[in-house]
Amino acid sequence: MTTVTLTVNGRPASADVDARTLLVQLLREHLHLTGTHVGCDTSQCGACVVHVNGRAVKSCTMLALQAEGAKVVTIEGVASNGKLHPMQEAFREHHGLQCGFCTPGMIMSALDIVNRKGNNLDEHTIREELEGNLCRCTGYHNIVKAIAAGAKAMR
Amino acid sequence: MSASSIGASERRTEDKRFITGRGQYTDDIRRPYQTHACFLRSPHAHATIKGIDFKKASKMPGVLAILTGDDIANDKIGNLICGWMVLSKDGSPMKAGPHPALAQGKVRYVGDSVAVVIAETLDQAKDAANAIKVDYGVLPAAADLAKARDAGAAQIHENAPRNTIYEWVIGDEAAVDAAIKRAKHVTKIDIVNNRLIPNAIEPRAAIGEYDQGTESFTLWTTSQNPHVARLVLSAFIGIAPEHKFRVIAPDVGGGFGSKIFIYPEETVCIWASKKVGRPVRWTAERNESFQADAHGRDHITHAELAIDEKGKITALKVKTLANIGAYMSTFSSAVPTFLYAPLLSGQYEIPSIYCEVDGVYTNTAPVDAYRGAGRPEACFVIERIVEVAARELHIDPAEFRKKNFIKSFPYQTPVASLYDAGDYPGALDKALQQHDYKNFGKRKAESERNGKLRGIGFSSYIEACGVAPSAVAGSLGCGVGLWESAEIAVTPTGMVEVLTGSHSHGQGHETTFAQLVSAKLGIPMDHITIVHGDTDKVQFGMGTYGSRSGAVGMSAIVQAVDKVIAKGKQVAAHILEAAEGDIEFSDGRFKVAGTDKSAAFGEIALAAYVAHKFPTAQIEPGLKEHAFYDPTNFTFPAGTHICEVEIDPETGVTEIAKWTAIDDFGTVINPMIVEGQVHGGIAQGVGQALLENAVYDKNGQLVTGSFMDYCMPRADNLPSFDVDYVFTKCPSNPLGMKGCGEAGAIAAPVAVINAITSAVGHENVPMPATPNAVWAAIQKSAKLRKAAE
Amino acid sequence: MYSFAYHRAKNVKDAAALLKKADDAKLLAGGQTLIPTLKQRLAGPGALIDLGGVKELTGIALKGKVLVIGAMTRHAEVANSKVVKKAIPALAELAEAIGDPAVRNVGTIGGSVANNDPAADYPAACLALGATIVTSKRKIPADKYFKGLFETALADDEIITAVEFPLPKKAGYAKFPNQASRYALVGVFASTGPAGTRVAVTGAGESGVFRVAEMEKALDKNFSAKSLDGIAVKPRGLNTDIHASAEYRAHLIGVMAKRAVAAA
Repeated sequence: MTTVTLTVNGRPASADVDARTLLVQLLREHLHLTGTHVGCDTSQCGACVVHVNGRAVKSCTMLALQAEGAKVVTIEGVASNGKLHPMQEAFREHHGLQCGFCTPGMIMSALDIVNRKGNNLDEHTIREELEGNLCRCTGYHNIVKAIAAGAKAMR
Repeated sequence: MSASSIGASERRTEDKRFITGRGQYTDDIRRPYQTHACFLRSPHAHATIKGIDFKKASKMPGVLAILTGDDIANDKIGNLICGWMVLSKDGSPMKAGPHPALAQGKVRYVGDSVAVVIAETLDQAKDAANAIKVDYGVLPAAADLAKARDAGAAQIHENAPRNTIYEWVIGDEAAVDAAIKRAKHVTKIDIVNNRLIPNAIEPRAAIGEYDQGTESFTLWTTSQNPHVARLVLSAFIGIAPEHKFRVIAPDVGGGFGSKIFIYPEETVCIWASKKVGRPVRWTAERNESFQADAHGRDHITHAELAIDEKGKITALKVKTLANIGAYMSTFSSAVPTFLYAPLLSGQYEIPSIYCEVDGVYTNTAPVDAYRGAGRPEACFVIERIVEVAARELHIDPAEFRKKNFIKSFPYQTPVASLYDAGDYPGALDKALQQHDYKNFGKRKAESERNGKLRGIGFSSYIEACGVAPSAVAGSLGCGVGLWESAEIAVTPTGMVEVLTGSHSHGQGHETTFAQLVSAKLGIPMDHITIVHGDTDKVQFGMGTYGSRSGAVGMSAIVQAVDKVIAKGKQVAAHILEAAEGDIEFSDGRFKVAGTDKSAAFGEIALAAYVAHKFPTAQIEPGLKEHAFYDPTNFTFPAGTHICEVEIDPETGVTEIAKWTAIDDFGTVINPMIVEGQVHGGIAQGVGQALLENAVYDKNGQLVTGSFMDYCMPRADNLPSFDVDYVFTKCPSNPLGMKGCGEAGAIAAPVAVINAITSAVGHENVPMPATPNAVWAAIQKSAKLRKAAE
Repeated sequence: MYSFAYHRAKNVKDAAALLKKADDAKLLAGGQTLIPTLKQRLAGPGALIDLGGVKELTGIALKGKVLVIGAMTRHAEVANSKVVKKAIPALAELAEAIGDPAVRNVGTIGGSVANNDPAADYPAACLALGATIVTSKRKIPADKYFKGLFETALADDEIITAVEFPLPKKAGYAKFPNQASRYALVGVFASTGPAGTRVAVTGAGESGVFRVAEMEKALDKNFSAKSLDGIAVKPRGLNTDIHASAEYRAHLIGVMAKRAVAAA
């Protein structure tokens, strides 16, 4: 067992983990943050996307120990003081989710897209940038709309 | 906040927990002293189990138990069942082979469960599973549907010679043959409806827990129908009596059919929880989902369409081989028969139809209902053959369809379905208009100028939803009735709890159902809670599949709400000192007709519980009503989708340039949610047509065992969709609803293939129409053209 | 995953020492291929040596007429680097098309080159640009580095520290992705410059990345897409799988080569 110490959603966190513990397992099993999901084992579905030091990362493809000292933000840390983030609001307003399972990863990826590409996102860009996030329910139509609107609202 | 109304795009109440990461899916639930299960799965498609050596594994750290098929047998745990009897044409019953939750003596597909390890941690369970040595006697596999009935093919189940489960027929063969003989033109097609893997993004999961104190069981599971799961696990598999058995399906991350069925894993988790005396949890890894979730589709079909000199269709003959996989999953028998052939008439007047379906075992994962279940396969047959026929006859495909549409209702098809209402020409015309069909030629010319090919494809689909009138289902061999239940429990303060037997796993029931009750009772939506997915709360229900939650589930709610209003009127009559017949209910108030006397819904609720002011010998206190609703017919959603594609002839890459969907779902409660259902359905249909394919090699190894090889639709594969409606009211339920959950998946595949074949000028394009396949078709088409010149 | 010991290297020397000492150790760069492999128990190293904290392995610099990219530089950094975009824009475009945004944030050039996946993008660039793989021990020319499927010239205790790309006069990359994995079904990198005129193909070959002599000859005379007219790559030696036949891959090499040259 090795101790990993990091910051999660602005708060210090630490846990004793086996070396083979993935970051997503640290979040879900040790820190009880179950909003980050696991949908595949080949790093493709994106249900597990979180931000590590400000960048979107697939937490199922990173060891917990690799996140030593890192600042991690999960879906639970996106709203502040009980107020939904504009991107969360946009997903609700535009019906950008159905079963909700891919949604945390979608929102974390959406925020990363805005961080990198700005607030004015056209449909083509959003679709290309969502390459690493699978949704089986929505056909992406409303996710694309939600991200465009959420990006604008973040200005 | 005021009451909602039918037709309002209310934003979803369930969303807040999902967008903040507070959903509670099965794998999010933690139980005290829980243990972890890992299933050891067969690496062989077909083998005898000569021995299982787990001596070393059982001594490994953290291991609590290792269980095999012998333990299942010793504990007299029943086999998994197929709940729908299908008879062969000779009247003999289908040949269901035994399906134990852990293999006994033989494995029949890659992924078949051989043993389970239960350990303190998941890593320990996996480590131990890895150390178990199974001595397999590898047998030849019958993995290829086309060859599984050959004389020399390996036999998978003892009771099913030539791997044939049933040879089922419907319709009048002699009449069809005569019509084909008389026909001016006969169009013939051969189709492979490709095998799909559902891949809900939430993998299946289960937690079984046994309470020694009360001798009762609780199972949390990713189910679309927890009551049916309890019924089967109790009555057939013999886990525990129903009243000692609670099944909870909490938030479920998509189902698409794959979470209807009762699988080995949840059976083992609940059974093993008593054996180890602690909760047992299991969550599928994606590779397990690929191997062991029930797959979908997988048909090989030959069809012939007879057309007379006036261009009218006179007969359709269909012969289908349906892959059932290695075991008969819960509803596997019905999908390629009763959910398939009764839709072969499509939207057309076809005087005679005959269809033969052979259900076939193969050494592959079980095949069962996947979004659309039988109806996409039927739609593909009829809409493909109609399209090809129109092209062969050089008639505009839209005109050919219109010429043959059913125009008056009710309409009895020759394949059992009784269509109750529809406006097929209306939907097609609106689609043509909205799609700007008349300028397709211009767009095609523009594409050609850019070195691209352009094609357009129609799909005038029909489906049967709202399953199903119980008596009809029973007469067709279904083991259960297909009604739905609802209970409306009003609290003394006028808050309303709606308990429904439907289950929401993305469909937004918590919103739509509340919206309906809000509109009916005239109270705000946030005074209403929807409860579902827990057998201890909801007394019984049949669950969600076959686009039934609106037409059947909401009809039950309407019935229960009407009972609440009736009871409220009785109470109100006493409170307002008027005759019961003079009480009217509207806008959330009980009113005495012709006076200004009234009481709010909440006041009457309180009065009902206080029970001071009415004779409790005649009117029971309280305000809570229950209803069971059994539909009178299936519903028949229908419409036309148009797909327009642009193809790069150099690479064969198909891009969907434009999609128009005109659907008739009858009454729509929440258009926003319904459109979302259509989008998702189309995406899955496009996935089938362009991207997805479950491939087994000749030894029964699953070649497409991960997202690296099984291509899921991504955002950049799809366009935005233009979705609109026509409306005919469904006469078969009180709300006039038809159902919308499967329409897209049914309509889309054939629209895409019709578009691609139109673009490349060659009819033989397989699904999925990969760039390689489309490129090959373009080469072939060019070669044929050259030869013709 | 099988269990393993985890070491976080401080610097290259430390990593090399750990690699030598530990039994059956593997280097962990970005882990975007390694971790999924471990998860599926397709590999079971006794130890992982994490290079994530080794600062000297990161960074992009133009040294004279050579672009030097540190082994632990993430794909996203290469894709967004102003230096790369100016020096070898095709390389930035190639990096932008690897995996998806989250993978690009973590995956590294050193990891990709060390793994030598037959459908990875970087091997095509290395070979076509005549890159040099710099290791803890020596400098290996790309021509001598790639040895077949997942095989390289690296010794067991050797660590890639950087990749050096001589600046080409012209270079272009065209990728036709596998629809499912989004790896290259066929990827063609074409360039002309100090390493001569080269065309390297990834994704298609039975033994990994390879060069197409006939195309190189034609392009050497005239580096234009037209020069490739009439040159047909033979299907022999190309992969056939569920995604594409060898014939189709051969055809795509022609199409992608023209697109790569046109983009250069």
